[in-house]
Amino acid sequence: MFQRLPDAGDLAVAITIDGKPVKARAGDTVAAALFAAGIDHCRTTPVSGTPRAPYCMMGVCFECLVTIDGVGNRQACLVPVQEGMSVETQRGKREIGR
Amino acid sequence: MAREFDIAVIGGGLVGAAIAWGLGKIGQRVAVLDEGDIAFRASRGNFALVWVQSKGLGMPEYAGWTVRSSEAWGGFADELKEQTGLDICHQRPGGFHLALSEAELANRESILKRLHNQPAMQRYEWEIMDRARVQRMLPQVGPEVVGGSYCPLDGHVNSPRLFRALHAGMQQLGVTYLPNHPVEQITYRDRQFVMHTPAGEVRSGKLVLAAGNGNARLGPMVGLNVPVRPQRGQIVVTEKAAPFLNYPVVTVRQTDEGGVMLGDSLEETGFDPTVGTGVISTIAERAVRMFPVLARLNVVRTWAALRVMTQDGFPIYDQSATCPGAFVATCHSGVTLAANHALVLAPLIAGGSLPPETFEVFSARRFDVPAAA
Repeated sequence: MFQRLPDAGDLAVAITIDGKPVKARAGDTVAAALFAAGIDHCRTTPVSGTPRAPYCMMGVCFECLVTIDGVGNRQACLVPVQEGMSVETQRGKREIGR
Repeated sequence: MAREFDIAVIGGGLVGAAIAWGLGKIGQRVAVLDEGDIAFRASRGNFALVWVQSKGLGMPEYAGWTVRSSEAWGGFADELKEQTGLDICHQRPGGFHLALSEAELANRESILKRLHNQPAMQRYEWEIMDRARVQRMLPQVGPEVVGGSYCPLDGHVNSPRLFRALHAGMQQLGVTYLPNHPVEQITYRDRQFVMHTPAGEVRSGKLVLAAGNGNARLGPMVGLNVPVRPQRGQIVVTEKAAPFLNYPVVTVRQTDEGGVMLGDSLEETGFDPTVGTGVISTIAERAVRMFPVLARLNVVRTWAALRVMTQDGFPIYDQSATCPGAFVATCHSGVTLAANHALVLAPLIAGGSLPPETFEVFSARRFDVPAAA
């Protein structure tokens, strides 16, 4: 899958993806961090349950929806990583209230 | 070449398609003349309730007609599924009308008491529930909900799929669907109707006007008065969420696929189907007061559609005195009444007349009262 360029900078930001610690670069979007961590899909669709991964990387396609710090259906490609951020992949429909 | 049919239905929305499906089922040769995708199509914008409670204050026969359709809906949905393979997700768990203040609840109770106190009112179950009882059935209600009315006959469907199933089903039954056939003129001669459209003429022995707000223009061409006007309703829909709402509420319902629809506005704005933030934000604000968990969901779309409204709010079913064989069917509850239109109205139209003991009350002649001196 994706690999970082050799001169991409330090992996200084600690986040978790589905509870597992992952290091990201300051300035990464959550979607970039998911790719760099080797995640091949970040959700399954609400109706047919097929897997989806970040696609357009610019906020248009809504394929990269994940739960970030407890809030469901956030666009991973539009949210920069922050120290301590908790990212969860989603299965099916968003739960109401989170 | 003119095309000839037993019956022409003008309008391919839910009302026209349900009638055409019912006519096709009993072996009539039917054409549906439809305006096309530019039509003001309430069938693509409705709220998809199959609703009974609170209908019929001022015309108890309309309450009876609505209950009859509600009772027939389950079998109708099964029949459509068996025929087309499309599950229109009819559910009938009962439905709520929620009150956000004691005054709203008292008003609700008063309206329902007046409705059910009418002579000739059909008896069916309904009740006013206090907050505690509502909360047992709808655990997510917010603190401002003081109570509501519940009726076990209420339900809902997936209405875009109903629309698709009726179109697929009627065509399987041999109905000829003619899109892009806006009817400009209708002539009646020698017991035959001729519909003039930019795509050519269509002839038929009988005619059903099911063109929604277009019936006001078409009716007088065949001796029918159809005083209807557009009334705008706006709807908000959220992203799909895991199921949380076990019963439809008249202004909030969760679809089978998880999206939450919010609606039920009424505006007199003519033929203007645009959406405005003022009404939309009021709809959303009331919905969030009813169910605070909705506040975190993202809205994915808003839209508006035009109801087909009469001055008393009740349907018009009528037959022409001067052009025998011409009928009109128009209402603002094309989903709720679809079962009746397909299973009751269509066979009567095929038979040539609407029995006055059931249908006289729905005639537009009810509006022909002399002006007060």
